Amino acid sequence: MIETRGLTRRFRVKGSEKDLTAVDAIDLSIRRGEIFGLLGPNGAGKTTTINMLVTILKPTEGVGLVAGRDVAREPTLVRKTVGIVFQEPSIDTILTARENLELHARLYGVPKAERAKRIREMLALVGLTERADTLVKQFSGGMKRRLEIARGLLHRPAVLFLDEPTLGLDPQTREHIWAYVRRLRDEYGTTIVLTTHYMGEADALCDRIGIIDHGRIIALGTPRELKATLRGDLVRLRFAAPPDAGRFKGLAAVEKVEVRGNEAALTVRDAAANLPRVLAAAGEVESVEVHRPTLEDVFIALTGREIRDDTTEGEAFSDAIMRSATGGSNR
Amino acid sequence: MSGPVARERDASRSGPALGWSHEMRAIGAIWLREFKVFTRERSRVISSMFQPILWIAFVGTGLQAAVDADRLGGTDYQSFIFPGVLVMSTLFGTIFYGLYIIWDRKLDVLKEVLVAPVSRASIFFGKVVGGSTEAVIQAVFVLVAGYALATLAPFAFAEGMASTPVWILLPALAVVLLLAIGFVSVGLFIGSFFESLEGFQVIASFLTFPLFFLSGALYPLDSPGFPTWLGVVARLNPVTYAVDALRGLLIGQHAFPYWLDFAVLVGFAAVMIAAGTWAFNRMR
Repeated sequence: MIETRGLTRRFRVKGSEKDLTAVDAIDLSIRRGEIFGLLGPNGAGKTTTINMLVTILKPTEGVGLVAGRDVAREPTLVRKTVGIVFQEPSIDTILTARENLELHARLYGVPKAERAKRIREMLALVGLTERADTLVKQFSGGMKRRLEIARGLLHRPAVLFLDEPTLGLDPQTREHIWAYVRRLRDEYGTTIVLTTHYMGEADALCDRIGIIDHGRIIALGTPRELKATLRGDLVRLRFAAPPDAGRFKGLAAVEKVEVRGNEAALTVRDAAANLPRVLAAAGEVESVEVHRPTLEDVFIALTGREIRDDTTEGEAFSDAIMRSATGGSNR
Repeated sequence: MSGPVARERDASRSGPALGWSHEMRAIGAIWLREFKVFTRERSRVISSMFQPILWIAFVGTGLQAAVDADRLGGTDYQSFIFPGVLVMSTLFGTIFYGLYIIWDRKLDVLKEVLVAPVSRASIFFGKVVGGSTEAVIQAVFVLVAGYALATLAPFAFAEGMASTPVWILLPALAVVLLLAIGFVSVGLFIGSFFESLEGFQVIASFLTFPLFFLSGALYPLDSPGFPTWLGVVARLNPVTYAVDALRGLLIGQHAFPYWLDFAVLVGFAAVMIAAGTWAFNRMR
């Protein structure tokens, strides 16, 4: 559904001879019906990659194909094929939910005979049927996001791009959005490409993930595969007395044993399957703790850094304040 | 982030990629959006009508006492400036379209439209049609208010207006429409270059006030002893021709032939549409 070869975007930096390479020769192949996540810290090149794929930015080098169309040569046809939910809310707050969808339907050439039906269908999908004729300025952040997803889907795009779809939303709303995204893929077969810097989100939602850092894809695979690149899960056992490390020697799944006081920390491959054997070898234990590696651990292993970047959340927050302060009217 | 937008080269070379009728519908959709916004922002409509009445009632009345009616071709000063005040409300109202587009862009409302499979020319034109519609509706209100002031007994301001036949309103509104198309385009053109509202406001007032003061809206351009340089500058100003045509239509005084007035206004609108389309094509 999406193919990129050497996709690159450089920006000219004011007062500098050198250009900034935001996206550096990315090769991607995203299959039809897949939920694909671009995961990385802020400034890694996620949004720039998406902007090239939806024809907002022209690639400096390389090729991007969306549904077989070249993003640089046939932008209008690509635009008709894709749906976009931007990082910043872009819903017209002075219009009602239905009016926003009607505007979108006309701009994307949805046939008149189908407009009303599809709008009804999409409002139902995101649970906004009852609020259809309310001005969007009265909507909460989560409702606006849902409306934007409905809008992005109205013209039945083959690919839906979601740029940080849950940024700044509360955990409950975030899970609702995940549920909608899964339904879209299941009910409409829409290919979904999303960016996020939330590890948990990528893990819970995506079929495959590309970890992006400094404009390059540094790892690619299913969440399981990526986590499997770490040696295994961490199993912490607590005993009544200091244990003997030797008792785990015969187990092939145990990669590493560290004993500290009454505790043994074991690195175990696929702990879910191998835990009974480990426990059998351990004998009587007081407590067991299993820590499965997260994508965060994968990212740290790959880059030596943590992905979390609190300044951006702060920015998003102050941005939201600015919006609500000026949001009485959008003109 | 900065950088050029991927332009619609495929669309501009051999007609729109999705056909002309799609582009027409898109123009209609954008017009409809602008119109809904207009009807919902009543404070703007009211203030835009209020200002012209203040001019006629206070500035007009005040100066009337000091101005020799013979030098105005025998009409009262309130009637003399009425066409100019109508032009002023159109000029100041339409140029602010540039402000709305900066605002829309700040709130990312414009993004949805800019990424749609619609040519930039259609987006621009939809906005121009929307803004011009508003300008014409406001002009209708101002004209009705002018008639009311001229004919209702307790006011009897602007008596020179009282004898104007009603059908004249149609060509008068045509003048307003042409002027509006030109200046909505000017506003959008300037607005497409600015990211801050303040920057736009500075440029817009540097432009609108001289254009208004140099248009003959407040004084005749052919009084004895009128400075030649001012007359030359006024003749280079497209707004002058709108004032002239409206003054001719509403109170029967005009310095230029109507064909010249209309030709200048049509030409100005065409040039500004071309410039605005170019500006929208390069806007990110």
